[in-house]
Amino acid sequence: MRIKDDIVVAAQVEAVWAIISDPERVLSYMSGVTRWEIAGDVRTGLGARYRMLFRIGAAEVGGLIEIVEFSAPLEFAWTSVTGLDQRGRWRLRPAPGGRARVELRLAYGIAGAGISGWVAEHIAAPSVSGHVRQTLRQLGRLIEQEQLRERAARRRALLG
Amino acid sequence: MPQADTSRSSRRNGHEPTAAVDDPGATAPRSSSLVDRAWRELAGIVRRRIPRADLDERDPDYIREQLPLFWLLSSVWFRGEVRGLGNIPDEGPVLLVGNHSGGNMIPDTMVFSVAFSTYFGVERAFFQLAHNLVLSMPGLSWPRKFGTVAASPNNARQALSSGAALLVYPGGDYEVHRPSWQGNRVDFGGRKGFIRLALEQEVPIVPVVAIGGQETALFLTRGERLAQLLSLDRLFRLKVLPISLSLPWVINIGDFGHIPLPAKITIETLPAIDLHAEFGPDPDVDEVYDHLMRLMQDALDALAAERRFPVLG
Repeated sequence: MRIKDDIVVAAQVEAVWAIISDPERVLSYMSGVTRWEIAGDVRTGLGARYRMLFRIGAAEVGGLIEIVEFSAPLEFAWTSVTGLDQRGRWRLRPAPGGRARVELRLAYGIAGAGISGWVAEHIAAPSVSGHVRQTLRQLGRLIEQEQLRERAARRRALLG
Repeated sequence: MPQADTSRSSRRNGHEPTAAVDDPGATAPRSSSLVDRAWRELAGIVRRRIPRADLDERDPDYIREQLPLFWLLSSVWFRGEVRGLGNIPDEGPVLLVGNHSGGNMIPDTMVFSVAFSTYFGVERAFFQLAHNLVLSMPGLSWPRKFGTVAASPNNARQALSSGAALLVYPGGDYEVHRPSWQGNRVDFGGRKGFIRLALEQEVPIVPVVAIGGQETALFLTRGERLAQLLSLDRLFRLKVLPISLSLPWVINIGDFGHIPLPAKITIETLPAIDLHAEFGPDPDVDEVYDHLMRLMQDALDALAAERRFPVLG
């Protein structure tokens, strides 16, 4: 099952990248995540691994994921090492007016699960889709609030 | 059935042979009635059907492929909710002690097993103890792939020694068939062997409290007298012959399967208890038991207070 959604935020691509590439800020915008830990010595970038879980229905699903593509400041992708089969990608592109278009893609499933796997993927889709949408909204709010705070700080500095 | 065969059959399943359990003929009156002989023969067949306890039968790939099906049942049918899995130590052997509900369809075990396997990953070894009769039922080989082994001290020791998480239901068949109006009561029937096991193996105990299972049918009685009358304890290690109202049988005697009502199952995993740290170097088993009972009953009362309607939750 593939889920994709995007949002345009009033910030430069670099500002968005600074947030989404920082593993310690994931819990502040990622919806449905119940557990997020850095696994291993590489904190961020290619080869970094994280243990993540998010609640879908009666279970917290996820597992160990690894960053397999990391092209600052435009996109990064991950794939699952253990647990639910999943691939994900953050894609950032400049938008008119100094803004950024942020896209989040998620593909998930269980290889070899047959018909029950297909049904489970479809039953879970609205919930996963809702988390993706909510994540983008929360990220947008977080970035725009940070932009506002930075502008206010700059104004204060000029006045002072 | 020759006695030598019976003893071997019991040992291979992790049970120490005892006169009462493994050689019913030794304690039973030497009646030659046809009914008695038929019962003994049936007991022998069941004993022979109990599979060899082999931890290696647990198959993580199989569990992974079956998870979507059980996730569907757990999420859609039982609207399962499992809280506090973070209380289970991330690594090492641990004894998960649960209250058991829902008759032989064991919905609480399924909901918890799905949640455990997705939370820790199928790579973490996880075993469950089940009654011999469950494992000897025709066509029920799949529980062994999920890590279900016959309930016996030896099998429990073997699982914990291997570093696995082990789920036990001390109340077993006695608790799982309690009347529905006692659904919100933790009742281990005074069984304390699990505490001695945890002390012997030096593993923490994690209480697992579930509610909702006893609403999946209308359980009327355990039928203890009936079980005694039919010598089920002596022959099959069964203390009960439950009677319930359930689908599709309406009146269900013995509970050899039924369609559970879609009652909401909520499970709370409580913080781990290190027995030596909490009760000293030589803990008193009765004291630990009373403490656990209080802890689990309080948690069950809190879960019951959250429920507004039977079945709906």
